[in-house]
Amino acid sequence: MKTLLEVKNLSVEFKTEDGSVRPLDQASFQVEEGQTVCIVGESGSGKSVTSLAIMRLLEFENGKITDGQILFEGEDLATKSAEEMRKIRGSEMSIIFQEPMTALNPVFTIGQQLMEGLQLHQGFSKKEAWNRSCELLNLVGINDAQDRMKQYVHELSGGMRQRVMIAIGLSSNPKLLIADEPTTALDVTIEAQILNLLTELKDKINMSIILITHDMGVAAEMADYIVVMYAGKIVEQGTVYQLFDEPTHPYTKGLLQSIPSAEATTDERLYSIRGTIPSLNNLPTGCRFHPRCDFATDKCLTEVPPLVKENDRLVACWNINDVLEKSRGEKVEIL
Amino acid sequence: MLQFLIKRFGQSVILILIVTLITFFLINLAPGGPASMMRMDATAEERAALSERLGLNDPIPVRYGKWLGDAVQGDLGPSLSSGQPVMDRIVERFPHTLKLAFWTIIFSVIIGVVLGIISARNRNTWRDHTINFGSVIGLSIPSFWLAIMLILLFSVQLQWLPSAGTGEGFVGQFKSMIMPVIILSTATLPTIVRFTRSSMLEVVSQNYVRTARAKGMKEKTVIYSHALRNALIPVISIIGVLIPRLLSGTVIVESVFGWPGMGRLIVEAAQSRDYNLVMGVTVVATVLVIFSNFIVDIIYSKVDPRVKNIG
Repeated sequence: MKTLLEVKNLSVEFKTEDGSVRPLDQASFQVEEGQTVCIVGESGSGKSVTSLAIMRLLEFENGKITDGQILFEGEDLATKSAEEMRKIRGSEMSIIFQEPMTALNPVFTIGQQLMEGLQLHQGFSKKEAWNRSCELLNLVGINDAQDRMKQYVHELSGGMRQRVMIAIGLSSNPKLLIADEPTTALDVTIEAQILNLLTELKDKINMSIILITHDMGVAAEMADYIVVMYAGKIVEQGTVYQLFDEPTHPYTKGLLQSIPSAEATTDERLYSIRGTIPSLNNLPTGCRFHPRCDFATDKCLTEVPPLVKENDRLVACWNINDVLEKSRGEKVEIL
Repeated sequence: MLQFLIKRFGQSVILILIVTLITFFLINLAPGGPASMMRMDATAEERAALSERLGLNDPIPVRYGKWLGDAVQGDLGPSLSSGQPVMDRIVERFPHTLKLAFWTIIFSVIIGVVLGIISARNRNTWRDHTINFGSVIGLSIPSFWLAIMLILLFSVQLQWLPSAGTGEGFVGQFKSMIMPVIILSTATLPTIVRFTRSSMLEVVSQNYVRTARAKGMKEKTVIYSHALRNALIPVISIIGVLIPRLLSGTVIVESVFGWPGMGRLIVEAAQSRDYNLVMGVTVVATVLVIFSNFIVDIIYSKVDPRVKNIG
């Protein structure tokens, strides 16, 4: 497989009133062609920031890439000019956001919003763009495309809007589609439909997907490869089988244990990782996860664990052996 | 559309009734009357005879009833001071005020929106601060004072612009309108600038603006098409609110610049206790406000598809 995207030591900073914060710190991962990579973690772990950084949309929201490279087909996106980047956005790579309710412009018709990208990037005439837009709407499972094209956003349901967003994202056959929690705002039946649609389309047009989610169930369903993030750092990454079979970082383990199981008896307490994710301007020393970690030792309090190859995947933890030893007794069955 | 029109019409009738009722009582309860505005040497008998002839000795509610009865038939009565029909005097003055109000709105909207965008795009820079400062100054300087200062500068010192009148020919008319429109705009322009600025700032942080950027749209398209169209929605609604402010502004501006419009007419009418004329001007001004708000609503429904289309 060929590597489509390689993120190397990517760091991002935001300027806030209390100085600058670093929602993404030295992140590295790869996306192969045709692969689905899931980035998982709690809210505030830096998942969305990663996606915005790759799209170079951060600079519109006060953020800045301070370090690292984003190699897309070998070219570094981090150093591209705003104009070069604009031409890549929406054509070579697209993004779907998590809020279908607000991500589409309320004063333009669906057709206008679909067609403008086609006219801009592909140089389509109005008529060509119209026809292609109708095709795209059919592709994402919207039947009465001709009528839908003339409708406004408020006339569509949430699931329908997300389908339109996907159609917009796919309009110029991108090589990479970033889906930032595309189903978080939707109900479960629609969620399944949208995820199936993404899988189906991925195979059809052979693109890679970065799927951002906080739902380990979704990750298990969709991912080839999983990147686990915590408080702006990647703590573990590996194939879906490696991670689900044998979570090596205590945080990954905690996330997996937090999935409620259908067989659990009703008087059993649902598992949750104790504590909450730290605020970015008040990060713990050493390993950022140590205040919530059952395996934390003195070393974790002072020294930042590097992301190293252990147990066939990349993981950043000082106490891997303890974690694995404990896990071998009580295996979590997900897949 | 028809249902909307009927509802609107009903509301308007009630509104006009209330406005005329309040105005009628206020002006009649004010001390003095047409009789006290007669020549200084008029005798008490002459004054009493005038009051009797004009029917001013009837109780106020009775007179209001009579006035209303005539008014609904389109007869606003004679002007008490000149004897001319009120309608004729209004028709003669109305176009001048309309011209002033129209160009003020056009001027304030265009300049206001442009300044608002500049202000929002350059948030917290010297451009933004200058525009904000200008808005506050514009809102707080009394327009009569500013009007006189402008006259002193442009008419007396530089002699570029006429100090009064409506001017002759195209160039003359244009020149004579410049100062009144600028003064009237000080009441409307800053409001539009501020609304555009805050609305624009809110809109550019909306998700759909990010979507537009994610689609690779040019920054110009993002701002002037995706963002601006949304940002203008609250600005349009504020125009409806500004129109009454504008009409009351004409009272001062027309007096200072000797502009023969309705603003000056109502001052003359009130000073001479010309009850019929006051009432006439009030009715016409009310209708004007209602009508312009109606136009604003139609524009609003065209710009914002979420509002049910009414026209």
